[in-house]
Amino acid sequence: MIRLTCPLCGERDHTEFRYGGDASKERPAHEDADAAAWHDHVFLFDNPMGRHLEFWQHVLGCRHWMIVERDTLTNEITATGPARTGRPAGAGHARTGEGGAA
Amino acid sequence: MSGFRTPTGGRIDRTRPIAFSFDGRPVIGYRGDTLASALVAAGVTLTGRSFKYHRPRGIVTAGPEEPAALVTLGEGARREPNLPATTVELVDGLVAESQNRWPSLGLDLMAVNQLAAPVLAAGFYYKTFMGPGEKAWMGYEPFIRRAAGLGRAGREPDPDRYEGRHAFADIAVVGSGPAGLAAALAAGRSGARVLLIEQDFEAGGSLLAEPEGGVEAAWRARVLGEIASLPNVTLALRTTAFGLYDHMTLGLVERRDHERADPASGRARQVVVTLRAKAVVLATGAIERPLVFNNNDRPGVMLASAARTYLNRFGAAVGRRAVIVTNNDSAYRTAFDLADAGVAVAVADLRRGLDEFVRARALAKNVELLSGIAVVEAAGRGGVKQAVLAEYRGEGETPAFLLERREADTILVSGGWTPAVHLASHLGGRPHYREDIAAFVPGRLPAGIVAAGAAIGTFGLVSAIAEGEAAGRLAAGAADARVPSGSVPRPEVDAAETGDLRIEPAWHIRAPKKGKAFVDLQNDVTTSDVALAYREGYRSVEHLKRYTTLGMGTDQGKTSNVNALALMAGHRSVAVAEAGTTTFRPPFTPVAIGALAGRGIGRHFRPVRRSPLHDWHVRNGGEFIEAGPWLRAWYYHWAGATPADAYVREMEVVRRGVGIADVSTLGKIEVAGPDAAELLERVYVNGFRKLPVGKARYGVMLGDDGIVLDDGTTTRLSETSFFMTTTTAMAGEVMSWLEFLIETAWTDLDVHLTSLTDEWAGMAVAGPRSRDVLARALPGFDLSGEALGFMGAVDGHHEGVPVRVLRLSFSGELAYEVYCPADYGIALFEHILKAGEPEGIRPYGLEALASLRIEKGHVAGLELDHRNTLGDLGLARMASKAKPFVGRPLAGRPAHAGKDRWSLVGLESLEPGAPVRGGSILFAASDTIRGHGRGYITSVTWSTELNRTIALGLYEGGLAHEGEEIIAAFPLKDEQVRLRIVSPHFIDREGKRLNA
Repeated sequence: MIRLTCPLCGERDHTEFRYGGDASKERPAHEDADAAAWHDHVFLFDNPMGRHLEFWQHVLGCRHWMIVERDTLTNEITATGPARTGRPAGAGHARTGEGGAA
Repeated sequence: MSGFRTPTGGRIDRTRPIAFSFDGRPVIGYRGDTLASALVAAGVTLTGRSFKYHRPRGIVTAGPEEPAALVTLGEGARREPNLPATTVELVDGLVAESQNRWPSLGLDLMAVNQLAAPVLAAGFYYKTFMGPGEKAWMGYEPFIRRAAGLGRAGREPDPDRYEGRHAFADIAVVGSGPAGLAAALAAGRSGARVLLIEQDFEAGGSLLAEPEGGVEAAWRARVLGEIASLPNVTLALRTTAFGLYDHMTLGLVERRDHERADPASGRARQVVVTLRAKAVVLATGAIERPLVFNNNDRPGVMLASAARTYLNRFGAAVGRRAVIVTNNDSAYRTAFDLADAGVAVAVADLRRGLDEFVRARALAKNVELLSGIAVVEAAGRGGVKQAVLAEYRGEGETPAFLLERREADTILVSGGWTPAVHLASHLGGRPHYREDIAAFVPGRLPAGIVAAGAAIGTFGLVSAIAEGEAAGRLAAGAADARVPSGSVPRPEVDAAETGDLRIEPAWHIRAPKKGKAFVDLQNDVTTSDVALAYREGYRSVEHLKRYTTLGMGTDQGKTSNVNALALMAGHRSVAVAEAGTTTFRPPFTPVAIGALAGRGIGRHFRPVRRSPLHDWHVRNGGEFIEAGPWLRAWYYHWAGATPADAYVREMEVVRRGVGIADVSTLGKIEVAGPDAAELLERVYVNGFRKLPVGKARYGVMLGDDGIVLDDGTTTRLSETSFFMTTTTAMAGEVMSWLEFLIETAWTDLDVHLTSLTDEWAGMAVAGPRSRDVLARALPGFDLSGEALGFMGAVDGHHEGVPVRVLRLSFSGELAYEVYCPADYGIALFEHILKAGEPEGIRPYGLEALASLRIEKGHVAGLELDHRNTLGDLGLARMASKAKPFVGRPLAGRPAHAGKDRWSLVGLESLEPGAPVRGGSILFAASDTIRGHGRGYITSVTWSTELNRTIALGLYEGGLAHEGEEIIAAFPLKDEQVRLRIVSPHFIDREGKRLNA
């Protein structure tokens, strides 16, 4: 029962969106053949209580992929932005490779 | 209790009598009555039998907190059990029945449980019947369930219609008592959109219990009038806010049960509303708490406030001789109003040193005051006859002797007030205990949600109104609106009426002799059960609840939880605050499953997708089968009356002549842009960058985990544009996944994706004569082997309609896939059928389509079970060694290279006539048939070419075991059949046919 704000369409029910997983990690480069790096990316996740960056797609709307910062305890949404541009403005939670806490 | 209708008074319409029946007996009430108030007025005392002990029970409350007076309404398919009589609005022809009695309410044979009561304590069933083992419990359980319980629902489908609806408001105000009305009026004056939600069929909350002609009633009328004049404020009666959810979402259920149900009118009986608000005011009021003493469950023992509601709102006096027992000031309002109505009233007040104001008014109204005295027992088996009085010496103290047996037909109790903190706690805020009012009040509330009035322990009328107004102002602020000052009038009440409870908590009033003192009337939980739970170690309130079932009834312990947890706190010698409350979860009051389901029943439970050719199949003898969300043509009647006959004939047509099948459900994606080839190069394991224009290629994708995600054929239409197909099942997933990659990881790629799945109709034209048919059907296309070889593609027009022809084969025969815009699908399908008449073309369905591909050994969704590697499917050689592709790093994990992986095999039956079933578990010939085996059958069919049953499966070690005889077991039917492992390519291994 949460509301998300699509950067293109505006505020909508979560039922229009699909969850796309943890966005706090940077995907290894396509050419990166290091299985350990991919293993970490695909299988190892933190399970934080508090703010969390995550991918959501406006799948029943404009199909835009975005990054949302959501508090896993309160469901408060603290930042939203297009996935193309990385971490949304105002998000307190850093992504790996951007410096700051993972 | 000998209730009666007062000669005048109340909010009922005495000119509108309403006839209804209770247990088959005709009764008359009035418009404005609830079922409970009509029963009280008719002098009905006994309304049901209790859950476990079958003790006689009556009406205890006047609201949704009712624990005892549960009834079944309606007949046949409309039968609905366990409704509190106190919330049922009286309508003409209402049919109500008492519950849990057999054969009748007066004579209940199951009441023998009362004699067994000493052994039926908490946990009894589990200890006694589960001890001897699971089998014994299975035997006893049905009997136990029959003896215990509440009402029974109807068994036929519910004929009524239910709806779901979304609604929006700036400010939602829950509850229309003094605080709620003040909040709604204040917020309404700001111009914001306000929804005022009231579960009752009249607005006013506690104000409805105030006498006619009083200042409270006048204030209510004035404020309701002002609210009605504001077009931006909506009053929703008969609407319960059952849950408060994240992001200011309220779950509401609107009931229209007062209207005559008529599904044909299309009007819903109940509507579940998902309300989104910018701010929420919780003015949910408070629920009076009973006092706990021996036989306090006897019919005629009632909450003091309920008696006042029956009197002032419904013109129904609950008895002629009332003994009120209280530990706080609120019960005096009931005492004085009843005395005014001519009822003989005595008040046993647990407290000593009552204040002079109360004493003076009691004297003036001829109410007898017994200070420092308690009712320790309700005497009278079928209903209250006497109140047994004794000196009250404080919590936990037992009086040495009884004082008096006071004649009474009703005992009215007040143990204090419990704020309705339910909604305020749904988001996880823990209520906290206030010693001064002996009650839990809401904990921290999220921003934008504000509570006011009795819901937060403010019981005085004027202060509740002030709080409500402030809450309305705050809520308006949260919704970016401003409230002008002086928006809410104040009632001119006596300044001495502060609303202070002056409560002295009392959790268990003890008597010199033993007896049953009930904490939870609905689930028959007594003080001894709480003590037992304590002794056996179930001491946290959550354990207490589950061990004794306390608070687990349909009333969710609204009148019982606080008493119970205070008793437990007493046993543990901790403060009530420390014992805490159990978790509050939605719904606040029960919501019918039908209302939650709304229109999502039958076919509407899950929407069905139909191919653009659907109507053709319907008109031409097609039978359908559900494939995921799709309804697909399964087989056609031309080929046989049963699928088993038909698909075999359809296969033969394709193998020997030509057939046409609807393949519109395939996922179709246009990949366009300068980097289109690069995207495909990255996501497919095989190369696509060098695919020539006008050529198609079979491709396989992996997930990041190195497991096969999907397969399909992708065609290059130009340097910068491709036409991708996916499996039907994975169409949506693949589209989302590709969008994810280009939007999150590969933002530098200049490529665009468009789903064409619903835009294009697709049809497979397959069989040795397919070229002849298509050449005649599409004369503008050069379909010769030289111009359009296997895996070739050509775009063109036929009579102005865009048509795409791909020379692909799923069946292994010479075959084509033909696409055109969906709207022309049927026309093209019919055109090809007509053109193919000389060749005897026939339509074939999904069953034949799937069987043909099994013969050819093509993997499909059944084999792609999201656990297999390329190697498992015999596709390892497809993977490029020269380029990175998605999933490549993890595809190389050691476990993916194991020799014993479950891999694709062909299987042929060695037992003609024996059924071979999909899903059968595969075992080696020497294995014991047990456990998960060495693999399973994914697809099975009769092969017209080989004249035997063949299958595809995944088997440990795969084709390394080629030629071995194995066993397929189907334990559900206790079947086993011998099979031989063979190549999955059952026919035309060299591909002569499709290259023809």
